[in-house]
This record gives sequence, structure tokens and C-alpha cells, in this order.
Amino acid sequence: MASEVIHSVAIVDMGMGNLFSIKNACSHVGLHGFLTHSPEEITNADAIILPGMGAFSNAMNALESLSLIDVLKDCVHTKKPLLGVCLGMQILMTCGTEFGFHQGLGLIDGRVERFQDPLAKETPLKVPHNGWNRLDKTTGIHDRWEGTLLQNLPDGVYMYFNHSYYVIPDSPEVVIATTTYGDCKFCSAVKKDNLIGLQCHPERSGKTGLAVYRSFTGMIEQYM
Amino acid sequence: MFNVRVIPRLDIKGPNLVKGIHLEGLRVLGKPEQFARYYYDNGADELIYIDVVASLYGRNSILEMIKKTSQEIFIPLTVGGGLRTLTDIQNALRAGADKIALNTAAIRDPALLQQASKKFGSATIVVSIAAKRKEAGIYEAFTDNGREKTGINVIEWARKAEELGAGEIYLMSIDRDGTGLGYDTELIKIVAKTVSIPVIAAGGAGKLSHFSEVIEKGKADAISMASILHYDYIEKNYHEANYSSEGNFEFLRNLKKFTTVEGVTISDIKNHLLISGICCRPEEGCEYGF
Repeated sequence: MASEVIHSVAIVDMGMGNLFSIKNACSHVGLHGFLTHSPEEITNADAIILPGMGAFSNAMNALESLSLIDVLKDCVHTKKPLLGVCLGMQILMTCGTEFGFHQGLGLIDGRVERFQDPLAKETPLKVPHNGWNRLDKTTGIHDRWEGTLLQNLPDGVYMYFNHSYYVIPDSPEVVIATTTYGDCKFCSAVKKDNLIGLQCHPERSGKTGLAVYRSFTGMIEQYM
Repeated sequence: MFNVRVIPRLDIKGPNLVKGIHLEGLRVLGKPEQFARYYYDNGADELIYIDVVASLYGRNSILEMIKKTSQEIFIPLTVGGGLRTLTDIQNALRAGADKIALNTAAIRDPALLQQASKKFGSATIVVSIAAKRKEAGIYEAFTDNGREKTGINVIEWARKAEELGAGEIYLMSIDRDGTGLGYDTELIKIVAKTVSIPVIAAGGAGKLSHFSEVIEKGKADAISMASILHYDYIEKNYHEANYSSEGNFEFLRNLKKFTTVEGVTISDIKNHLLISGICCRPEEGCEYGF
């Protein structure tokens, strides 16, 4: 029997949020996740996870000062699987508007916006959107989750969210799931070739979330 | 859609899970790992760990505990108790905490709260407020696990905490803690109506109706509870060989005599919420597709 290859996943360490739960989720499904901000290590890894909590501009500044922007942009050519989680999904977009206009990585055309001020509404919902909510599959000619990290999950599955901003991709083609919070229906999952972005935290979404990481293993093999 | 979160609270002293009444008279209940696992398997939406002695010695043991727990339990873990600096926060996050609860340090040094929410993101920082009722509608914030008065009005502090970047507020009634008399819905409502960030109600849950009450009348965004779940766990596991802590079952049984705490499971709570027309995350099925 051939020995199983353990795939390496570079978890980009921008010094923000909890990267360890991502590392733990990788270990749980047999991936070798390691925290790094070395361009070389990221280039050599089989796949990349871009995590992040906090402000868009902080994340982009951190990537810039660590000289990681080109390394990440290169994924479009190398076809290396890149998973952006939460803020990591948001910075895949063209630009963000948190504390002024900021350039994102621009790997997926689109922008990032904040939930409206909850106290200004009649039915106030709190911001951050913090808690569990449904991922609703977008409709298309083909099953939009087939061949993606959501492939084994039922439509309407619950995942854990903790965010105040959400992405608005230019093309509806890349939107594979939406989530509704109050009267705001936002894009909660994007896929464009080898790039995938999730607004929720699969690493903190129980067994459902671990299934996403298991599918990530499959995606890595598909692109190797 | 808005789903209420059910968040068991684990008070930690050294290696043990403890529980008191009015945050005092702490008794050892058992091994936190076992309780945490049980709550995770039963559908807890998050867990909150509070180091109640908050000593430097205790800190290492809670971080070790978090490190181990976060490898086995894949729901958000909030850690609080004795975190005083950005380095403390960083270390707790590095141990595997997802969110940090600040009480004493944030009141003494509001700049820390501001720096922490800027550095780690608002969504990572929870401000924990231990409140004692002074008179109708007036509550005072206490620090050091309910031991020290501050003279600070809870509503003003909650508003300021939001301004300084807190992502949510964990609001515990010291008067109700461990009593099973129900949440202080007045307290929860005043704060929940004042701030635009989520408020987690804590302190006093003794029976199922308390949960729907604090959500409907108190406008809580999430509910936290301890004794009511611990009682159920101990009752079910008391006779098992791996449950060895002495005295705790008697403590909880005595507690039951003096209060109205009835042991319930997280499923019981969620079913109760759903019957009351309150949305929450349903139980997970099998491991999807595997």
C-alpha cells in the first residue's frame, strides 16, 4: 500500500486573530498546516489559507510590509488552492471601504462593505453579525457546490460567523452561497477556479466545518 | 435570520471546573475537559472559559487547557480572567482562544481595550461586565470576579466599551449568579437597548422558561449558563468510574434544595427556544459525507 502523502498548507500569519484553530482543523483532517509569513515557505506549500480578523487596511498593510502581496497574487497563475477565511476572503476583492478606500489583492473583482448601522433601523440587528447562520446555495445550471469545499454539505447548512463587513463580487458567477442577516442577503462563499473565499469560520463550525477542511484536501489533490 | 447562541460558561480554578453563588464560595465540580466535550457534542454554539482566580499560576494552567481543548473542540472559545496586557491577549490567542473577555483590565485601563480591538479586531474582543443592582434601573460594575466595587454605572460603561471597540458584551448579574432565580432581564434589557453590539446574558438560569424570557423581554442576543448544565452533566455521569471529584455532587444537590435549578441539556434548551419561536442552530447531523 502506498504511503499517504501529507499535503502542506501555509497559513499566512499576519499577526491577527486566531490562526491556531485553523491549524488545528487542518491537523484534524490530516493536513499539515503551519503558520508562516515567509514568501518562500508560502510559495513552496501545496496550498494557502489566508485567515484574518480585524480591519481590511491592517491586513493589506501587513501583507505589504511582509512582501507577500505578489506571492499571493501569483496563485492565479500557479493554480495553487487559496482559501480566504473571513477577512482573508474580503481582501481577495479589489477594494475595501473600512476607514477609507483601500486596495485589496484584486484576485476577485468586487468590493467590501459594512452592515448598516443597526440602531438606525426599525428592527435592530446587532453588528458584528456574531453567531451561526445558514449558507444558502445559489442556483445555476449546475450544482454550484459540486467540486467546491461545500460539496458534501446540505443546502442551508449552519456555520459560525463573526464579522461586520461582507463582500459584493462584481460577477454573480463567483457567488456560490449567500447568507441572510436581518434584511441583508450577502455573499458568504465565493469560488473562482483555484480561489475560494468563505465569510464564515469553518474551523469553528463543528463537524460541519471540519467537512469543509476535508474537502480542501480533495481540492489540493485536484490541483496538484 | 438571527439565531440565538447558547454558550455554556466554565469557571476555572487551577485544573478544575468550579461554580459558586454570587461568584463566591467556589466548589470543585470536576474536570473541565469532560464537561466541555459533553457540551460540544450536545450542540453548544460556543464555550466561555473564565479563570476565576486569575493568578499568574492559574493562567498557565488555563492556557494549557485551552490549547488542548481547541485541538478537539471546533466551536469558538472565549477566554477571560486576569488578562492584563496585549501580550497576555496574544498568548491566549496563540493557545487557541478565538475571543478574549476583558473585565478588570478594561475598566482600569480603557486604552488597553481600544488597543486590543484595533490590533486583534473588534470581533475578537468581548467586554465582560459583572453587574450588581443598586436601585431600580441602576447597576454598578464590579471587577476582580465580583470582589471589587468600581462606582461605575454599568450602562455608561457598556456604551463606552462599544465606543472603544468591544465586539460584544458578556453581561452577568452577580445578584443572580448561581441562584437559579432567572436572569436579571431588566439589566439585560437596559444594556441590550443601549448598545448596537451583541449582548450575552449571564447569571441566574434555573429553568427552561428563563431562557426564552431573557431573549423576549431582555432582548439578549445570546444566552450563557453554568449550574443548570453542570447539574445535568454530573447527574448523568456521577456513577461512572471516571468521575472522581468528591463533594461536588452534594454541593449541587444542596444547591438544588435551596434554589430552583433543574438540570437540563443543551438540546432541552434549544428545543425550548424553537417551541417559543426563537431561532437557534439546530443539532448537527452525522459527519457530512464521510
